[in-house]
Amino acid sequence: MADIEKKITTFLPEAVFEAGQYPTFTVPAEKLPALARYLHDEEDLQFDNLVALVGVDWGERLGVVYYLNSVKYNHWVILKASTDDRKEPWLYSVSGVWQNAELEEREVYDYFGIRFIGHPDMRRIFLREDWVGYPLRKDYDTSRENNPIPESNEESSDTTESFVVGADGKIEKRIIPLFGKEDYVINIGPQHPATHGVLRFRTSLDGEVIRKIDVHCGYIHRGIEKLWEGLTYPQTLHMTDRLDYLSAHQNRHALCMCIEDALQLEVPLRAQYIRTMMDELMRISSHLLFFSTLCMDLGALTAFFYGFRERELILDIFEETCGARMSLNYNTIGGVMADIHPDFQRKVKAFIELMPSRLKEYNEVFSGNVIARNRMIGVGRLSREDAIRYNTTGPTGRASGWACDVRKRTPYALYDRVKFDEVVMQEGDSYARYTVRLKEIEQSLRILEQLVDNIPEGDYAVKTKPIIKVPEGRYFKQVEASRGAFGIYLESRGEKTPYRLKVVSPGFALVGVVDHLTRGAKIADLITIGGSLDYVVPDIDR
Amino acid sequence: MKKVKIKSIPYGDFKDNETLEKIVEELRANGTNVVTGVLDDAINWGRSNSLWPLTFATSCCGIEYMAVGAARYDMARFGFEVTRASPRQADFIMVAGTIVHKMAPVLKRLYDQMADPKYVIAVGGCAVSGGPFKNSYHVLNGVEEILPVDVYIPGCPPRPEALLYGMMQLQRKVKVEKFFGGVNRQEQKPIEEKTEF
Repeated sequence: MADIEKKITTFLPEAVFEAGQYPTFTVPAEKLPALARYLHDEEDLQFDNLVALVGVDWGERLGVVYYLNSVKYNHWVILKASTDDRKEPWLYSVSGVWQNAELEEREVYDYFGIRFIGHPDMRRIFLREDWVGYPLRKDYDTSRENNPIPESNEESSDTTESFVVGADGKIEKRIIPLFGKEDYVINIGPQHPATHGVLRFRTSLDGEVIRKIDVHCGYIHRGIEKLWEGLTYPQTLHMTDRLDYLSAHQNRHALCMCIEDALQLEVPLRAQYIRTMMDELMRISSHLLFFSTLCMDLGALTAFFYGFRERELILDIFEETCGARMSLNYNTIGGVMADIHPDFQRKVKAFIELMPSRLKEYNEVFSGNVIARNRMIGVGRLSREDAIRYNTTGPTGRASGWACDVRKRTPYALYDRVKFDEVVMQEGDSYARYTVRLKEIEQSLRILEQLVDNIPEGDYAVKTKPIIKVPEGRYFKQVEASRGAFGIYLESRGEKTPYRLKVVSPGFALVGVVDHLTRGAKIADLITIGGSLDYVVPDIDR
Repeated sequence: MKKVKIKSIPYGDFKDNETLEKIVEELRANGTNVVTGVLDDAINWGRSNSLWPLTFATSCCGIEYMAVGAARYDMARFGFEVTRASPRQADFIMVAGTIVHKMAPVLKRLYDQMADPKYVIAVGGCAVSGGPFKNSYHVLNGVEEILPVDVYIPGCPPRPEALLYGMMQLQRKVKVEKFFGGVNRQEQKPIEEKTEF
């Protein structure tokens, strides 16, 4: 750690060091791009993964917090850059160093109005271009009169803006074309069965070959992060189940863990067992849904019924213990809401027994099918470097040979006590992404098998006060959700509501890579690639 | 008055029979021609048992809706199985999920593109009233702000059984309607469609 501090202060003496969860450096805005490049390229540091990019409104100053991780050394550093100009805030883009910053910076612009110099595409991402104000600023007027329900469809511009510093030191605006006059642009979505939700792709075609895709998000942007700022900590938990509803347990686990860490709350062992098991059951149910929908998209409707048949068994287990099928509301600060149902262990064991034979059936029905193989093998190949550059974690990253499993890299709950293999494949194509998920089901079953008979007696939760005040500070916690590393950034000022609570969702990075993967592919492959990435749109839009 | 019959559930087990009876009273206030009345019944029998939904889901409720289509709950038993991806071929729209400002004009347009007679079911807390996101700057307080809603299904998300119940309520509504001179009206002015999106 001292080494990182020494290197950074030698490179940039102006950087102000601050201790915390990870070493933190406050950097002058104009020096950030050079430092970013240095951190990325330097042999002993190799911060090649931008995990989170969080915009924050600190009152007088608007700024961004960067969480960097090194894939090779697994060390962390936090950078902070800010500006005091609230009317015309400018910062410098790092999208040239880490590709996933491109979408993240557009999000910061959308929320806070900070524009990034050197960013190739400075448009809003979630809200419409005619939206008034920047919603995540503390002085934003949330009244409905400010932004009434629009009556007309949005006109999509074929150009975008980019800003560079000119020779005289002034900021110059450049108009960059997204699509040329000769481009044949078709619109896919937001209401389209193959986009897996309300995503919209503006697709430029040359015959049936895709030349470019411009992704439009925000058709299910619910403003959860702003809502959170007005809710007490126990209330904030309820929104996590509705982000990525197929990773409900894991998402909530992340937020609970983040708050527990901040409060230095010890969670009972029984609760840890239950949480770990629930996470794995959730992962299996999510991967089953992935199997169902991907097969359906590729024309195998029967497989859809197969996947849902097994998924219902898991939902039965959830329903008995949690009382719901989807919005489970189970984890809570300090443990879980209720003890497990008396039938829980029996049903889980029966499921562990049943599932391997069903997986075999899936493989017979679909994996070996010549049509399925032809449509998936070699389609949408993502290299390991690109996976890291775009920060596509989860099964997508692991299918490209990037061992990015949070359960292995920074174990939480009981993952350091159970034996399981991280499924990593090298091909990086759609078939690898599909296979990784099916194999992960096997590993999840293995984890469940080790835990189901050993749940210790004891409390399932520690008692907490109804009003929780988290000590002042900045906290960041990650879990391995069903489709990648799910992060929670929490900034507290010691009040009963969070000052800034942000979700670092895996889906956002996945949708960022769609354009890269589909260039030069056939239009029919867009369905395969989109299905194999398995993003969930409310997780992207939040 | 003739009772509306749904095969699987007795009339008395439905919760808001008063509303349905009120609709019937209003519809039949001016009397019905015997011939069109009988024809209405025949056509409505056919219509109510082959309602085709539009594939439209924005969030969590959409997954439960998929579960309704899958083997255990199997909405095909009631004649709903053909989910259409095109609004031109759909009879009703299940608004399953939160509707936000950016989506509102798109949804309105989908509704406009559907052929009459058309129906709307608001599924889940978000579509009914805004649900947990009611206070958000970007969420509609219920889909009724932009569309006329026929059936509300509360829940977050509603169970598949609740979805089926709601869809049966729609069937009941369809069964009592006047088809000739009622819902089978022709648009006075065709809506001008913009070609570009």
